[in-house]
Amino acid sequence: MVAREIQQQSKIIVLGKPSPHLPRWAMSTCLYGILVILTICFGLPFLWTIMTSLKTPAEIFIFPPKLLPDVVQWENYVEIWRLAPLATFFLNSVVVTVFAMIGQLLSACLVAYGFSRFRFPGRDALFVVMLGTLMLPTQVTIIPTFLLFKFLGMLDSLKPLIIPAYFGGGAFAIFLFRQFFLTIPKEFDEAAKMDGASSLWILTHIMFPLAKPAFITMAVFSFLGNWNEYFLPLIFLNSPEKYTLAIGLTYYQRVLMAGGHATEHLMMAAAMVMTLPSLLLFLVLQNYYSEGIIMSGIKG
Amino acid sequence: MVSIQTFARNWRGRNRLKMAQREALQGYLYITPWIVGFLIFILGPMLVSLFLSLTEYNIVNSPKFAGLTNYYTLAQDPLFWKSLGNTVYYAFLFVPLNIIGSLGCALLLNQKIRGRSFFRSIFFLPSVTPLVATALLWMWILQPQVGLLNYLLSLVGITPGPGWLGSPAWSKPALILMSSWGAIGGGTMLIFLAGLQGVARELQEAAEVDGAGSWTRFWRITLPMLSPTMFFNIVLGLIGAFQQFTLAYVATSLSGQQFPAGGPLYSTLFYVLNLYQQGFDYWQMGYASALAWVFLLIVLIFTFIQLGLARRWVYYESDSGSTKW
Repeated sequence: MVAREIQQQSKIIVLGKPSPHLPRWAMSTCLYGILVILTICFGLPFLWTIMTSLKTPAEIFIFPPKLLPDVVQWENYVEIWRLAPLATFFLNSVVVTVFAMIGQLLSACLVAYGFSRFRFPGRDALFVVMLGTLMLPTQVTIIPTFLLFKFLGMLDSLKPLIIPAYFGGGAFAIFLFRQFFLTIPKEFDEAAKMDGASSLWILTHIMFPLAKPAFITMAVFSFLGNWNEYFLPLIFLNSPEKYTLAIGLTYYQRVLMAGGHATEHLMMAAAMVMTLPSLLLFLVLQNYYSEGIIMSGIKG
Repeated sequence: MVSIQTFARNWRGRNRLKMAQREALQGYLYITPWIVGFLIFILGPMLVSLFLSLTEYNIVNSPKFAGLTNYYTLAQDPLFWKSLGNTVYYAFLFVPLNIIGSLGCALLLNQKIRGRSFFRSIFFLPSVTPLVATALLWMWILQPQVGLLNYLLSLVGITPGPGWLGSPAWSKPALILMSSWGAIGGGTMLIFLAGLQGVARELQEAAEVDGAGSWTRFWRITLPMLSPTMFFNIVLGLIGAFQQFTLAYVATSLSGQQFPAGGPLYSTLFYVLNLYQQGFDYWQMGYASALAWVFLLIVLIFTFIQLGLARRWVYYESDSGSTKW
């Protein structure tokens, strides 16, 4: 259909006017011009934040603003740790992120193995239901979940942020692992099965090593997701010593503003401290991360 | 002789049955974590919240059955309509902007350019920035008096610049700006980029040989081939945009400390923000549950509308399997 349309369309064009072309140099100047503008759009807010975080309080309110600080104030990055329990927030975030990640990787991997390598009644229906949960907004289940953790006496602790990760690890993780497992030839596990290997042995000795890229990809997703999570900690945590960095930062802002001094430079420094781990992880593992996004997007 | 054969067949058959059962059992065992999680954290809570939505419940006293009262209240609550309006406004501007922007960036990066991976990384950085950091960073940039953006606007003669987060008219555009910064160069762009590289070369070249200009090729080949990807991203993007919370909450609860989030004048009160405040600030758990269920219905309706529209514009390669080049 479309193919024929394309043919017709292109014939018309051949018979009609030849499409005008700009000279090559003009095209490429234009191209790089747009690229540079976009680079500024995406990069400048970032650069601006970093520069603000290295200025003195007097410098941040200079008008017209200056990008670079006169003298780089590295001590801002020391100062922020003294003004609020930022280190505690940081540590809480690390605990949540690491333990939730372990749970998510382990359980999603088991479930995906079950969905991809075994035949059982109702499998495909269950899988569709599982994928359907991808579209379910968290807010629909949040109130009973809150009440459940209240009943279990786990409010104001990191447990509600960690425990759910051990129950399947979420639709996205299961889907990603399953996609990956499907690419591993079945002959591998059948050969092992002939030799009398159990399914668990096959999972740990054949699937795990081969699925290493999927693990790394999912680890990056899991890290970014848990590190950035704002809604759930806001609901489950009350006391500042339990805060994760995400909600700790807004608490920090209130503490700083209560002082009545100009503190935007410190705020920006704290924001950078939170951003840095995500950024580093992305820069180091960006190929794995991109692969995962593409895999989920194209095949989804 | 015959009996032995039958026996052998039966035996083998039973053995196979046993193996199939074993396999099924193992399969169930492996997916058990998800099944348990689904019951405890998804299906159970959904049913409980449906029940709670029919009650009056403030956490201190036990739930009191109230029939459809919450739903009546909701239909007459100006804040509900305001928040729904804000959410639709936000989602309907943000999602198309994001899709077009991502596609544009992907097309650009798909050209023969030097330093492609450098540009790609820079475009991508905002999307790995934590949302809280994004909110704080933009609050500073959008500061009406000394902010960077209004300074840049003043250079091109726009003075005074908009009040951004402090102004009811500009607060939603400000949030759209913030979330676009964090989204355009992100996952969607990567998916488009991969899609573009997957758009059959032969198809492009054949069309070029036939004399189709780049414009025609874009509209007639690239876009149809990308349409499934686009559809997927619009559906998920809209669901995501409807759930906007973090940026709005952080940016508006801090800029005017003594006011609740969602200001000024409720101009950034999004659906989920309203739900959060009803449930966790005012402890109206029954009413918030009703809001949650209506939210689910709204999301489902929008998703089904899109599934219906998809037939008109989404092109699936397999549909025209008979037409081969």
